[in-house]
Amino acid sequence: MELLEDRLGVIEREEPRIHAFLRLSEELARAQAEEADRRFSSDAQVGPLTGIPVAIKDVLCVEDVETTAGSQILRGFRPPYESTAVARLRAQGAVFLGMTNCDEFAMGSSTENSGYFPTRNPHDPSRVPGGSSGGSAAAVAAGEAVFGLGTDTGGSIRQPAALCGVVGMKPTYGRVSRYGLIAFASSLDQIGPFTRTVDDAALVLQAIAGWDRRDATSVDRPVDMLSSLERGVEGLRLGLPREYFEAEGMEPGVRAAVERAVLTLERAGAELVDVRLPHTDYGLAAYYIIAPAEASSNLARFDGVRYGARAESAGNLLETYLQTRRGGFGPEVRRRIMLGTYALSAGYYDAYYLKAQKVRTLIAQDFERAFESCDAIVSATSPVVAFPIGAKVADPLAMYVCDVLTLGGNLAGLPGVSIPCGTSEGLPVGLQVLAPQWADGMALRVARAYEAASNGS
Amino acid sequence: MAMLARLGLEPGEEDFYADQLSAILAHIDRLREVDTDAIEPTAQVVQVGSRLREDLPEPSLPQERALANAPETKDGFFVVKAIQESEP
Amino acid sequence: MGAEGGPAAGEWEAVIGMEVHAQLSTRSKMFCGCTTDYIGAPPNSTVCEVCLGMPGVLPVANAKAVEQVVRTALALECEISRHTKFDRKNYFYPDLPKGYQISQYDMPMARSGRLSLGDREIRITRVHLEEDTGRLVHAGDALETASESLVDLNRSGMPLMEIVSEPDLRSAEEARDYAVELRGILRAVGASEADMEKGQLRAEANVSVRPRGSQELGVKTELKNINSFRALHRAVAYEIERQVRELEGGGRVVQETRGWSESEQRTFSQRSKEFAQDYRYFPEPDLPPLELRPDWVERLRASLPELPGELRSRLAEQYALSAFDVEQLSQESATARLFEQTVAAGAPPKQAANWIIGNAPTLDAQRLAELIGLVVAGTINREQGVRVLEEAQASGRAPGAVVRELGLAQVSDEAQLGVVVERVIAENPRAAADFRSGKQQALGALLAGVKEATGGSANMRLAAELLRHRLIQ
Repeated sequence: MELLEDRLGVIEREEPRIHAFLRLSEELARAQAEEADRRFSSDAQVGPLTGIPVAIKDVLCVEDVETTAGSQILRGFRPPYESTAVARLRAQGAVFLGMTNCDEFAMGSSTENSGYFPTRNPHDPSRVPGGSSGGSAAAVAAGEAVFGLGTDTGGSIRQPAALCGVVGMKPTYGRVSRYGLIAFASSLDQIGPFTRTVDDAALVLQAIAGWDRRDATSVDRPVDMLSSLERGVEGLRLGLPREYFEAEGMEPGVRAAVERAVLTLERAGAELVDVRLPHTDYGLAAYYIIAPAEASSNLARFDGVRYGARAESAGNLLETYLQTRRGGFGPEVRRRIMLGTYALSAGYYDAYYLKAQKVRTLIAQDFERAFESCDAIVSATSPVVAFPIGAKVADPLAMYVCDVLTLGGNLAGLPGVSIPCGTSEGLPVGLQVLAPQWADGMALRVARAYEAASNGS
Repeated sequence: MAMLARLGLEPGEEDFYADQLSAILAHIDRLREVDTDAIEPTAQVVQVGSRLREDLPEPSLPQERALANAPETKDGFFVVKAIQESEP
Repeated sequence: MGAEGGPAAGEWEAVIGMEVHAQLSTRSKMFCGCTTDYIGAPPNSTVCEVCLGMPGVLPVANAKAVEQVVRTALALECEISRHTKFDRKNYFYPDLPKGYQISQYDMPMARSGRLSLGDREIRITRVHLEEDTGRLVHAGDALETASESLVDLNRSGMPLMEIVSEPDLRSAEEARDYAVELRGILRAVGASEADMEKGQLRAEANVSVRPRGSQELGVKTELKNINSFRALHRAVAYEIERQVRELEGGGRVVQETRGWSESEQRTFSQRSKEFAQDYRYFPEPDLPPLELRPDWVERLRASLPELPGELRSRLAEQYALSAFDVEQLSQESATARLFEQTVAAGAPPKQAANWIIGNAPTLDAQRLAELIGLVVAGTINREQGVRVLEEAQASGRAPGAVVRELGLAQVSDEAQLGVVVERVIAENPRAAADFRSGKQQALGALLAGVKEATGGSANMRLAAELLRHRLIQ
């Protein structure tokens, strides 16, 4: 309870500045904290997350708590069910602080596309926290929450983690159940933690990962995030993809910070290896076909009939659809729905969607080949540090470029961690570690080793 | 395209979106450079194997919970306005 | 109107293909655990967040449904796909909660099968698995004029099997027979109860006509809203004639969906199919593709029961029954089973068939055989037999016991019967004279007299014999 009160105090202080939360759930949090206290005093089932306050991204359904995916179209929606990841945290006794802000339906890289308001970077409130899970990243960075849950489709955990100076992880696709995650792109979405330390990230992932019979794409594999965590990088080979280091738009300060981090890892005993990911350039295009295509289908259910907002001025069903969706969806969402619809439409399916899925195979093969000569791949997470609010909103393509280094991991289903590695112009820079499918432990291990080496701890 | 997705667009907006989408599509067209003739599309990014469910009934939601979020209900039904068969 | 359902007169040939949807008899829905027992339930009471299409939910496929589709496809002699997957069919309609239907597009579970109809073979194009939509109730019952509609999603997510045939059918009769035969197969396999009235079997017919002898296909219309086999027959017959009339009058057939109106007994235009819907099919990312392993498929094949066609052939051959009898006995597998068991218990096949077809007995095979035996032996006549059957069914006592208790043993004693015969002849001189002069039917009146005189317990066969014998003297 003290921990909760402490965080609520931070929230009260920080929220007017950063607006990380869409809705606080104080009553629920207090009830859970009380329950946690009871557990502790009675020596009942107590775990590492019992009583720990968590910030939950507004795309993860929490039973009977208003969950809106950062969108006006789901205003007032209270799910009669809960996402599996959240349910597992609840079972562990975590304390739910509230729903954090995000780009609407997780579509964006700055949280400026939220249907409510933008969130601000705790390091500099005139700048974005990154996105789409900007709220959770900011909440953890500002000390409002001990950990946060976010989702990553093209980089939406790793990129805001980098921009806010916290640890963020996207597990292997299929590690964590997507049941109850309001879907954006079904074949790319994954849920993951925001934390201050790599140890904590491992603990959270350990708690939420694992097969779920309600998610046919979740995989039945043993979950072991902890046993290899402290092994260090001695003898490990770390791949440096040239295409990532030479990415268009990479800020010199970011590159410098990352290169310093890489040297730190080398000093800690890692062997540095050059690798090539030749199809990197096409990743953006493939992603911006696949994700919007799947999203256009996933968002078709928002019609104002069974839940969410509905346009009342409509005279007939067609009008209801059109006005509800026009009024409820913001411009980025509408843009992507149209893009996706186009990519799937008759006559274009082969040239776009099918083609993109084939390019995706090539990108996955790039990584497979690269991992033959290294144990993990390291690079910058984001080519830029946090940019000013409003700077990129007008140019969607410029915004999309923020994800060039992260979306490869989604396309190939790989686990990836972003860990703070210094600053550039006073703003946080993130180091990304990608590992082969199912080697989540390896990604965490390398990140942990860097953390230890750079802290001297 | 907007109609196919049931997104109502105001007249002026069409041009705005058309421009943005053209730019994005132009970028996406670069995919034509890639030779994918012999490549299989990714069906499932990780090997999952068949995941089927045993045919066992489970409790449904109580009717009130099922209807609780709806803007309009009547006698246990969801209500929609006139459907009108004419195609848009 | 006068449409008979036969091939269109003279110069025109009807070309018909069928699309049949059957609700699978599973206990839970296709992609969630809600019960499939929704008939009569209050609206939206057998639903969960998954079949309601709420945000964040995911489908998980019902293994039994997959099995039932494969078993049906095997019964239809299809090729079972080694690899199959689900696809999303995207369109907006209030009875489709997700805004897309999970179905199968380019990799269905089965292809290239056939169904025998008499001496013809109807090719089956494909068999696939999908989910059902919910139901709409329109204010005022008419879609076009309803100011609002009510949505019940109890049916949403029910498992549906779609069976598509090639356009090999050539008449309304064949179309109906095809549907009836398909129903028999579905019931025999146990995949679906296939009751059209309960909406478990839905038939749509694609109908076109062409000049006889032509190999090209004419423009087709899709007939919907057919709720019974009889309606299927009438709708197809009507449509064939309508198209012929249209073409002979110099007009053309428009490719469209037409609904059958039971009240008006005609088809009417519903939607123009010239502007075909773009369903934007793409593989369902939430469901991994399935591999239907050959050894598993073979095990299913081995577990198939005897199919209606096989049963019919065997009954005809093994028991030398007429086509009519075979047809009647093979309607339900329970009926056929009773027949065979009754014969095995000693009843002659023809008699067993007659008794079962004519009386739909609820008696078990042993007792039925016993009853039939009594009639064949002449201990009781057929009419008495019916009475004994009813009594035995009602009381649960054996037929033999019933006969004894009712004192029904036929009068088969020649001497005893002979006395009655003599008296009846004496009392009916005109009938007797008629018979002697050649009118065979006069015997009937005399037999009636004997029957009455013996209180219905005369052995009629013997009576007839005795009468004839006496009259010719």
